[in-house]
Amino acid sequence: MSSNDRLKVVGKSWTKVDGMAKVKGETVFADDLFLPRMLFCKILRSEHPHALIKHVDVRPALERPGVVAAITGQDLSIKFGILPVSQDEEALCVEKVRMVGDPVAAVAALDEESAEAALEDILVEYEPLPPIMSIEEALEEQAVQIHEYAQEGNIHKLVSLEFGDVEAGFASADHIREDLFYYEGSNHLPMEQHAAVAQYGADGRLTLWSSTQTPHYVHRALAKVLELPASRIRVIATPVGGGFGGKTDPFAHEIVVGKLAMLTGRPVKATLTREEVFYAHRGRHPVLMWVKTGMTRDGSITAMHFRSYLDGGAYGSYGVASTYYTGALQTITYPIQHYKFEGLRVFTNKPPCGPKRGHGTPQPRFAVEVQLDKLAEDLDLDPAELRLRHLMPPKSKSVNHLTITSIGLRECLEKVVEASGFLQRRGKLPPGKGLGLACGAYLSGAGLPVYWNKMPHSGVQIKIDRGGGVTVFCGSIDIGQGSNSVLAAIVAEELGIRMGRVIVVTADTDLTPVDLGSYSSRVTLMTGNAAIAAAKPLREMILAAAGEQLELTPDALGMAEDRVFLTEDPAQGLSFDEAVQLAEAKFGTLGSVGSYTPPRRGGPYKGSGVGPSPAYSYTACVAEVTCDLETGQYRVDKLWLAHDVGRAINPRLVIGQIEGSAYMGLGEAMMEEQVFRRGLHKIPSMLDYKSPTTLETPEIETFLIETLDPEGPYGAKEAGQGPLLPVAPALANAVYNATGVRVDEVPITPQKVLKGLQEKARGEPARVGPRRAPTVEFPDPIRVSPPEEVPAA
Amino acid sequence: MNQLISLDVNGERRELWISVHKTLLEVLREDLRLTGTKHGCELGECGTCTVLIDGQPVLSCLILPVELEGHRILTVEGLAQNGRPHPLQSAFAELGAAQCGYCTPGILVSAKSLLDRTPQPDARLIREALAGNLCRCTGYSKIIEAVELAAARMAAEALEQV
Repeated sequence: MSSNDRLKVVGKSWTKVDGMAKVKGETVFADDLFLPRMLFCKILRSEHPHALIKHVDVRPALERPGVVAAITGQDLSIKFGILPVSQDEEALCVEKVRMVGDPVAAVAALDEESAEAALEDILVEYEPLPPIMSIEEALEEQAVQIHEYAQEGNIHKLVSLEFGDVEAGFASADHIREDLFYYEGSNHLPMEQHAAVAQYGADGRLTLWSSTQTPHYVHRALAKVLELPASRIRVIATPVGGGFGGKTDPFAHEIVVGKLAMLTGRPVKATLTREEVFYAHRGRHPVLMWVKTGMTRDGSITAMHFRSYLDGGAYGSYGVASTYYTGALQTITYPIQHYKFEGLRVFTNKPPCGPKRGHGTPQPRFAVEVQLDKLAEDLDLDPAELRLRHLMPPKSKSVNHLTITSIGLRECLEKVVEASGFLQRRGKLPPGKGLGLACGAYLSGAGLPVYWNKMPHSGVQIKIDRGGGVTVFCGSIDIGQGSNSVLAAIVAEELGIRMGRVIVVTADTDLTPVDLGSYSSRVTLMTGNAAIAAAKPLREMILAAAGEQLELTPDALGMAEDRVFLTEDPAQGLSFDEAVQLAEAKFGTLGSVGSYTPPRRGGPYKGSGVGPSPAYSYTACVAEVTCDLETGQYRVDKLWLAHDVGRAINPRLVIGQIEGSAYMGLGEAMMEEQVFRRGLHKIPSMLDYKSPTTLETPEIETFLIETLDPEGPYGAKEAGQGPLLPVAPALANAVYNATGVRVDEVPITPQKVLKGLQEKARGEPARVGPRRAPTVEFPDPIRVSPPEEVPAA
Repeated sequence: MNQLISLDVNGERRELWISVHKTLLEVLREDLRLTGTKHGCELGECGTCTVLIDGQPVLSCLILPVELEGHRILTVEGLAQNGRPHPLQSAFAELGAAQCGYCTPGILVSAKSLLDRTPQPDARLIREALAGNLCRCTGYSKIIEAVELAAARMAAEALEQV
């Protein structure tokens, strides 16, 4: 379909297919499941940040009335983890705990209270080890290793890549800056705590219902640890009550309830408490960054050298990918002629970090966009003008071999600059008021799966009932972003039917073809393309059968609004039901499959698997703030965001994703932080862990830019993560514009602004942020020649 | 200690034999299987478990049913009347104000309480009324728009009935 006006469903703001169920309280989340004879599971967790387990005795717990089973690491000793290179987790720790909150033993009882009480009966003898609590400590401590498989000491991963020749690039610069930035770790804080229910049937099959974004990866982890063939395990992802990356790993409790269900022959449920979520989730990595950028007088980037230091926490999780992501997407907004990236991830005795909305890219984007603001000031250039002059063109390749298909960043910038009055108002606002600008870019799905294979990333199956009902089966899971609705809309569009005819069956490994999951903003593009592929043969069959009946060739017919009609004379035709029955009579039972595998576009180097995507989304953001120059308190008055979504399959849902991303980015930028003291989370509650309420969240004005990307379904790209990226740097730049204070770290708390204001009053440089980076011997870089066709800066 | 209590939930009288220390949230979800009411913290911090007691928003994780005999309890399941969704429910669904939908039941009843007291609230008043209900998906914009839309529709409907 080429022109917008031919589309009947795509591009319209219909109500989500599960919208009414959600507002009526009918949606069944994992913890809403109550099965006959169900037991309740509670997990005993370590109180030590780092210790050897000398002895665990669950026998006293088993004596408590109501307790049915109790298990330890001895029952679940096979290691697992999301990435094949980081199989370092145990569902219940066997020899060692590596963080406060590490699971040690589990109990299943008739009710939750008995299970909880029984945890106190379990005897555990620990031998404490020295805890490692920071990047510096991790680098210093050589004797005590958190993981023996670490690259060296407590270094999990070291990366060093050089594209072109950065020294030559710096030599040709007119101006060079070096800056340090810090981005604090944060929690996804989904409203729904993680929950899972397992049932082991008389047929010897295990079923797991879980609040997960990645049922396929959970399926694999269960098979591995429980030593069951995957064909005897069924994973059903229940509607996810907020994910944001926090439900993307296989989790200990999912495996534990599986084991307990197998042992007891009864359904077992585990629902984490909010405090447990603060330990179990895989939050945003705290990242320290050093950036050196060289520029010509007109603002083109001759070279960038970027170093990132990630505090990974106790386990690998997605950390290897996260490390690469902190260096991957800097290059796809503005041309960089020479680029060097060095990354380090260490293990520490804190909860493991992993993917949170934007996975590894909000941190470097913050550094790049704040530094651009400084460079613009150094060179006396307007920050909007600087960016507009130097944008990557469409159909181009970045210095690190990422392929850009479409880029609407110019339109995005022009929209937010115009709507906010950035050029006219900035610098002319009253004292304490300021405007800041930043951009961002994100993947529409990762080009590679998390484990090596050549199979599709998304599969869709469609069955048409002779009553005219169309059932769509897909492994994707709706986490609130509306993926079920996007699936229904695309099939409805392709088959020319109303959305109400489409029944969506998703995220059930017994029923649905594999989709890799709701992460890396992949679902609209990948399941969308798979859905089009699945619908196409059915469309052809229906048109062939209808054509036969109408004595016309199929290309004389169209399909829309539950009808097959003559394109020359749309009043003539058949109902969809009639056409379907003709097709079934002609071809037999109507069904089809379709799948999508992204193009392989990695560069010619090790590490090139992280960064490639079929298409990139782009966002620009302007923030307006009002600061109290006496106290450092500030308010965000308004955010303007323009997002290049390729095509909005449903504009209202896309705007919802942008608003939600902007809100989440603002929470991190203003207040959210994970703080630990001797391994203990200082604020593991929703009251103490500050997040924005209705009162702190400003008005958000949104603009959709449609670039119709050649890779996306109908041209669509992602919307769920990218819009978060520019918010924190736009806020930092606005605070600077309002106060003259540079806060080079996130969150930008009023205390930090006040500290800067006090420095300014004393005539000192008003800057709050990291002062030094640890000394690390990065290895010699892998040297990569840039692609020949890198655009001129 | 168990006690026999009688509760008025969504206009239905329910007699229950329950432990006196069980919270209303637990009794609603586990004893009455009214799982529409969700929980995010069970510590009174997030607003997810909000229900209405005699029209006032109350956190069901912080209140004991034994205190509620003779009071009217309204949960999300009681919002629709005669199979017809409450205007707030329709507006939330239409505008995409429920993304994951987990905070939605609590927000809907908080919003109902507001509209019952103040049928035409401005955006500021809506923000204040919902400040105790956290939502992590929407950025609140669509929620506020949906409350405004429902209020406008209810006013139009009231006018028609005059």
